[in-house]
Formats: sequence, C-alpha cells, structure tokens
Amino acid sequence: MINKILTQMSDAFVGLKDGATIMIGGFGGSGIPHDLIDCLVEQDAKELVIITNNAGSGETGIAALLKSRRVRKIVCSYPRMADSHHFETLYRAGQIELELVPQGNLAERIRAQGAGLGGFFTQTAYGTLLAEGKETRLINGKHYVFETPLAADFALVRALRADRYGNLVYRKAGRNFGPVMAMAAKTTIAQVSEVVEIGTLDPEAVVTPGIFVQHIALVRGE
Amino acid sequence: MTQVPLKPITRNEIAQKIALCIPEGSYVNLGIGMPTLVANYLPADKDIFLHSENGILGMGPAPQKGQEDWDLINAGKQPVTLLPGGAFFHQADSFAMMRGGHLDICVLGAFQVSQAGDLASWHTGEPSAIPAVGGAMDLAVGAKKTFVMMEHLTKEGVSKLVQTCTYPLTGVACVAMVFTDLGIFEITPTGFLVKELFNGMSLESVQAVTNAQLTLN
Repeated sequence: MINKILTQMSDAFVGLKDGATIMIGGFGGSGIPHDLIDCLVEQDAKELVIITNNAGSGETGIAALLKSRRVRKIVCSYPRMADSHHFETLYRAGQIELELVPQGNLAERIRAQGAGLGGFFTQTAYGTLLAEGKETRLINGKHYVFETPLAADFALVRALRADRYGNLVYRKAGRNFGPVMAMAAKTTIAQVSEVVEIGTLDPEAVVTPGIFVQHIALVRGE
Repeated sequence: MTQVPLKPITRNEIAQKIALCIPEGSYVNLGIGMPTLVANYLPADKDIFLHSENGILGMGPAPQKGQEDWDLINAGKQPVTLLPGGAFFHQADSFAMMRGGHLDICVLGAFQVSQAGDLASWHTGEPSAIPAVGGAMDLAVGAKKTFVMMEHLTKEGVSKLVQTCTYPLTGVACVAMVFTDLGIFEITPTGFLVKELFNGMSLESVQAVTNAQLTLN
C-alpha cells in the first residue's frame, strides 16, 4: 500500500546533503510551509542553495535558516521585505550570494525543469541588467532572452489537503509556487492541514497530482 | 529661468484619470504603491477584472478589520478579498497571463520614463541598494498596454519624463501612456504626445519642467 504520509517529518530529509538545492514555496506570508522550514533548520546540511520568492523576514522560517549561516546562495525575485534584516546583513557583508530573477522567469524556469525543458526564450528583462551576458534572439520581430531551467533536490510546499497518494489541493493564493516547485524537485514534501481518504478529493479539482509529491507532512491545528 | 506656476492634481485625482481609461471587460494589474489607488475609482457598475501576480483574478477590496485571511493577499502582501467569479492559479499561470499578452492593462509606478517608452522602476543603481524586482519586468513587457502613474517631478524637482533613462531599465520601449500630476502623455514614435494638461496649465509651463520634448497633436 502506498502511503506518502510521514510518521515523522524529519524522515523526509534523509538524503539531504551539503550543497543541496531546496525550493521553498510561499509569497510574502501566504502558502509558507512553516513547519517544514523549521524541520530544515534543525538539519545539519550546509552550503545550501535556496530558491524562493522572498528572502524571509523576522526571526523565523527562511530568516532563521539564513541566520544559521548554512545558506550559500539564494535565488529569488524580491529579497527586500519589511524586517528582512537577516538577509540584508549577510548580503551587505558579502556572506550570501544573490541571484535576482524576475518573478515570472523564476516561476517559468522552475516549471521548465518540471516539464523537462532545456530552457526558453522570453521577452522579460531584455535590455536590462538582469539579462546581461545572456543569449538573445530575434523572434517574429521581437527580442527574447534565453533562460535556463531551475532544478532542486527538495521542494517544500504548503497545501491545504492531501490524500495518501500525494494528490494536493491548495488554499486561495497560498497556492503560488507550490504546483511548479512540486514538479521541479527530485523530492517534494508537502505540508498540509488535512489528510483525507483516497477517493475523497474531487479528481476534477486536484491541483497537484500525486506523481509530483513524495512526502506529506500533516500539521493540524492551523 | 522664470518661475512657472504649476497646478498639479492629487494622487487620487491621477488614479481617477487612469480609471476613466479602463474599459469594461478589461483584465488589469495594478502595481504596488501608488497604482493600487486606481482600484478605488473603478466604476462599480462595470465588470473590470483585477489580476494579482501571486495568483488571483477577480481581486476585491481589503476585508473588514478582523476578517483578514493571510492566504488571500495582494502583490504588496496586504490582505484582500475575492469577488464572486474570481479564481486562483499558480505562479507560472499567473505570469503566463502577463507574459502571454493576455492582460489588457497594467499600471506601474516609475522613477523615469523615456520618450522611447523605456521604463526605469526597479532599482536606483546605487551600490548600497539591495536589488529587488518582483514581477515588474514581466508586467512591463507582457501586458498589452503598460500605463505609468507617477509624480511628474522628483522631490528635488527633477523631471521624471526624460530623453534617456539614467536609472537601470525595467523594460525597453514598453510604456504606452504616462499619467502624472501635471498631465497625460502618450508615447508615440516621435516622443511624448500631450493628451491632457491639468488645471488649465499651458504647454510652455509643463515643458519648462520636463527634460524631454512634449508635442501637441
């Protein structure tokens, strides 16, 4: 019987090595897999590369991970937020590498990896600092920039509800990067608030099919 | 130089002017900051669909105090509501709406707009500034029409309409219209075309503070 529901959350991080790349879902405060990030902070792996939209704020979550100084590089679109002081301190001290990516490129590069594409041409950022040094092409009279896929060893995503096959539905705009990150990582761990019996989720409404999900962490009471 | 009396309108009045240029049925993205004011002036009796880059179509106003749902926020991370008929979708779909040319209009703030329609809005280029771009570059080139909403002059009185942007670009030749507190300007192959000057200001008085050629029809 296939059962992707974890009995212990940390079991999902077996195989996490130094230098691993980890995608973390969420936009601002929505759709953040808080408990999975806390669990990641408790692991030992160093020199991590984190792919996520924002660089954390306050003292918890991604900010706590940065504070632990085990992140070598962050790939994100908007690192500057209210109270994102841990990122700012590391960045100004030259102790973290930042790859700044326009948000649509971030989503599409992740999706491209999940879809097995070698990259794509986009008009976004043509003629700007963020396209410097990149291959360009004129297609149908418009300028395009070549962007490569973004892969990860792990994706940590937040969904509302799952079944033991790993099928997911999300909650409102908390969905954000979850579906594309789930496709792009070798191991996807989804934090959910509710687990239901097989056959309960409406197949027409499943957003992330279980093929993209390896582990489910049930965290009730949220 | 002679002192020219300028009679600027307020930010809310600029928002009102922009709202008048948004036809029923439009799918619209309002950028973070000043452009969000436009939502307050969209006519309630017309169906206009607001898109939020984090994955919402049919975004409604802020909720009542105490009714906030932190899974339902806008691009500025503030709580919003969903109108009947609204929808949620993931980031790649949300940005495909922009990048695929499906959004009719986006309204963005700016540091500078050039007479060729180049937009500078994301970075001052100062070494000490932490760069952050979000969805601005995708919106600028993706929407069918990019409107800019900004003050005509910086706090120091320097023109934000320019011949060539000196700040790092957000997008090349992507702006269709500029709405400032002094007037409305369309980007044409020959530069800034004046569509309206507010409060009866003369072309000469606005031209005097603008570092790019303004033309009348």
